[in-house]
Amino acid sequence: MTVRRAIQGIDGPEPLARSLGDAQYIADDGLATAAYLALALGKPLLLEGAPGVGKTEAAKALASVLGRELVRLQCYEGIDASAAMYEWNFPRQMLAIRQAGEDYVNLYEDQFLIARPILQTLQAPRDRVLLIDEIDRADHEFEAFLLEFLSDFTVSIPERGTMRASEPPVVVLTSNRTRELHEALRRRCVYHWIDYPAPALEAQIVMMRAASVVQDTAHRVVRAVGALRAEPLAKPPGVAETVEWAEAATLLNQQGAAWPRAFARAIGVVLKDQDDLEFMASRLDAILAESAA
Amino acid sequence: MIPRAMDPFLAFPQALRAAGFPASPDRTETFVTAVSLLGPRHIGDLRRAANAVYGPGPDRQEMFDAVFDAVFLGRAIAAPAPGDPEELPASYDAGAFEELIAPEDEDPSGGEATTAERLFARDLGFEDEDAALRAFSRALPGSLPRRRSRRLTAGKGQLADARRAFREMLRNDGEVTHLPTRRRLSRERRVLMLIDVSGSMKQGTEGALRLAHALVQGGERVECFTLGTRLTRVTRALRHKNRDQALTLASGLVADWDGGTRLGEAMAVFLSVPRFAAHTRGALVIIVSDGLERGGPEALVASTARIKSLAWSMLWLSPLAADPDFRPETGAMRAILPMLDRLGDGSTPPAIASEILGFAKGARR
Repeated sequence: MTVRRAIQGIDGPEPLARSLGDAQYIADDGLATAAYLALALGKPLLLEGAPGVGKTEAAKALASVLGRELVRLQCYEGIDASAAMYEWNFPRQMLAIRQAGEDYVNLYEDQFLIARPILQTLQAPRDRVLLIDEIDRADHEFEAFLLEFLSDFTVSIPERGTMRASEPPVVVLTSNRTRELHEALRRRCVYHWIDYPAPALEAQIVMMRAASVVQDTAHRVVRAVGALRAEPLAKPPGVAETVEWAEAATLLNQQGAAWPRAFARAIGVVLKDQDDLEFMASRLDAILAESAA
Repeated sequence: MIPRAMDPFLAFPQALRAAGFPASPDRTETFVTAVSLLGPRHIGDLRRAANAVYGPGPDRQEMFDAVFDAVFLGRAIAAPAPGDPEELPASYDAGAFEELIAPEDEDPSGGEATTAERLFARDLGFEDEDAALRAFSRALPGSLPRRRSRRLTAGKGQLADARRAFREMLRNDGEVTHLPTRRRLSRERRVLMLIDVSGSMKQGTEGALRLAHALVQGGERVECFTLGTRLTRVTRALRHKNRDQALTLASGLVADWDGGTRLGEAMAVFLSVPRFAAHTRGALVIIVSDGLERGGPEALVASTARIKSLAWSMLWLSPLAADPDFRPETGAMRAILPMLDRLGDGSTPPAIASEILGFAKGARR
């Protein structure tokens, strides 16, 4: 195991948390520690959490802290090697054969290789951060297929041999936990469960993300969203929804809507499901009044 | 010679393994390296390193913390978690949601339904319908509904297969003689089985569970839950090949045999856990229940409507429907009836089996 105590000047969880803060992402101790350990140990970082808690945002912030380009691989059922790793440019190879005629032609040169996100990251680990998004949407076969890459950061291409990264690349995996990931995959990663942020932290996030929102509004929105998350909703509001609600309500307020009404009228950015809206309709006013207290 | 200070770090994985966590030796190494990277300056560093390396996940965080406290702080572990340690928490207490979905009136619309929880494991008895269930299991792969997958395979289709065209070209001195094509694979739809284990279903629950075992064995992607006063996932138990073992495991998990009927609430809980609700999307949903519900039908009707909007088809099998003169009488069932793709006989395992196969056959055409 190659251990790097400092990566680009980041030598501990606290400096990393500060840098993430500068990149508009507020990380708690747990996330900062897990992310630092992932960087230092050269292991992938596996982030799990409910939809909308900021898993993908964390990866974006990490890429911006390291000054690297984020390469995103969105997973879906049926995703395979040709979409994730590499593919040969067959039409071009066929043309090359035609043009070569009687001459020798190497059909497996770089110019015929199309690098997909994983190979792209492998080729330039210092310039890129790989985000494997929503790995739980891919099927088990794909998860097993990732194991070689995630443990040794190598990719085997039959025609070319094994390609190795010059240094461990930064890899972030996210999962919404719609299914259990395989233990073999989890074992290779540094893990962090991102929970909904604590109210004080969430208010801080709201104010950082939405400059127009004043402190009082931020705290009220966070309290109201907290109350909504305690209900058995089909789609509990995420952090992004909190920010949007605060922004939308502030906008309506500036246009002349009084406070509790502004929140109630902007409810569509928080609850995006008709059943949830109906379910909450009768008690929304009470929740809003309570959050104003 | 290992220094004494290392003792807790070696004892920790042992204790984790004893508590049912997968603590492999390579993780011990990672953990020790992680701790040395962090300083460590105080116990918080140790705890965060342990969480990052072993990643217990939210379901088992409490147990993990208890093991951590026991090893590093010398605290006693409160109580060992019961049941299958890999599936905690398997049961959700629907009672916790009682205030949220308040029953409108206290008139019981179901005969024997009662909210009294009777928590005990029941001895499951077997009858001789084994042959029917085995035949059912064997027939499943060929008859369960399928959908188009995103995966492609070689075969007659509309999509050109560049890879194979290139390979053939290499073999034929650079000539393309014909165009190979690919087609989309199909794959089995998810199947979700919800079994009502409340008191009014007493006669049928054992049979339904035996059938669920055959279904889990025969199908590719089957999930099975029991609903009563609680919601319990029994899929993992039913995956055991040996039926006796599987049913013993399952009956140990289910704590609310023959208890009261809070079907609607249990279904609402099921839908509010995203990883459970995900099993519903695009699935064939089979509900084995008499639909007798204590209290108002609103919760049950609302939950059924949500399942209907997520699922591919919904099949409701009621033991009462065995009677040819059966007409849904209760308010809940009358409201649910238009949402169902079929209301069928759920009285015996062979009856359920033939309903499922019959429905699947009709749907495949």
